[in-house]
Amino acid sequence: MANKSQQQAYQQLAKKHIPKPDYLGNSLRAFLVGGAISALGQGVTNFYLSTGMAESEAGAYTAITMIFLGALLTGLGIYDNLAKIGGAGSALPITGFANTIVSAAMDFKSEGYVLGMAAQMYKIAGPVITYGVTSAILAGLVKWLLWG
Amino acid sequence: MDYLVAFLVGGVIVTIGQIIYDSTKLSMGHVMVLFVVGGSVLTALGLYEPLVKLTGAGASLPVSNFGYVLTQGVYEALLESGLPGIFSGVFRLAGGAIAAAIVFGFLFALLFQPRK
Repeated sequence: MANKSQQQAYQQLAKKHIPKPDYLGNSLRAFLVGGAISALGQGVTNFYLSTGMAESEAGAYTAITMIFLGALLTGLGIYDNLAKIGGAGSALPITGFANTIVSAAMDFKSEGYVLGMAAQMYKIAGPVITYGVTSAILAGLVKWLLWG
Repeated sequence: MDYLVAFLVGGVIVTIGQIIYDSTKLSMGHVMVLFVVGGSVLTALGLYEPLVKLTGAGASLPVSNFGYVLTQGVYEALLESGLPGIFSGVFRLAGGAIAAAIVFGFLFALLFQPRK
């Protein structure tokens, strides 16, 4: 039986050997990939604005277009390669949200089209929608209670 | 100029997520949830809308924008129809993106096979 100080010494030793993430490199790659996706989104928004759309409408169409692209590139296997480089830079834009749906759906295809694919595709998107809707409604309730 | 602003702001927002991911034990799914709730809180504080107005896609492309459109939809409906609006308004602005994610997600997953 190892005593407490031995255990602590072992844990400290083990901690030293866990590889530290490359903070600077990861951040830089995330910045470049996330920035590039945002700039592309700006291009899509500018295109819709040039057709005479209102700002909010152009924003909604941009989101739909970027989701389409994210889903398509995931299907083609390109987005997952981008994710290896970009990390949060490819996961956190709205294209990354589409990526979580398509990749989960493809992974569970073999378990059937209803309880496999259609159920499992919301593995990450489900929590995102659940927490988003709940916090939005709570924010609305707080506003109503405070200001009517 | 608007491209540069979108690049820089979008880049900074996702870098915050990368730093959270690298320095905690949270999964990327947790970070996404954190961003959506964060976007909702910043909207409630009146901060996210000016950020979108100033920086365009830089603020509207990251998933934090999802929290913004959900909350903003609730606020708009609250003004028009009172308390029931907090339920009916939540998908008003975000509905298109959610519908697109469900349909395109499902169809592209049907069409393509996973790679090893």
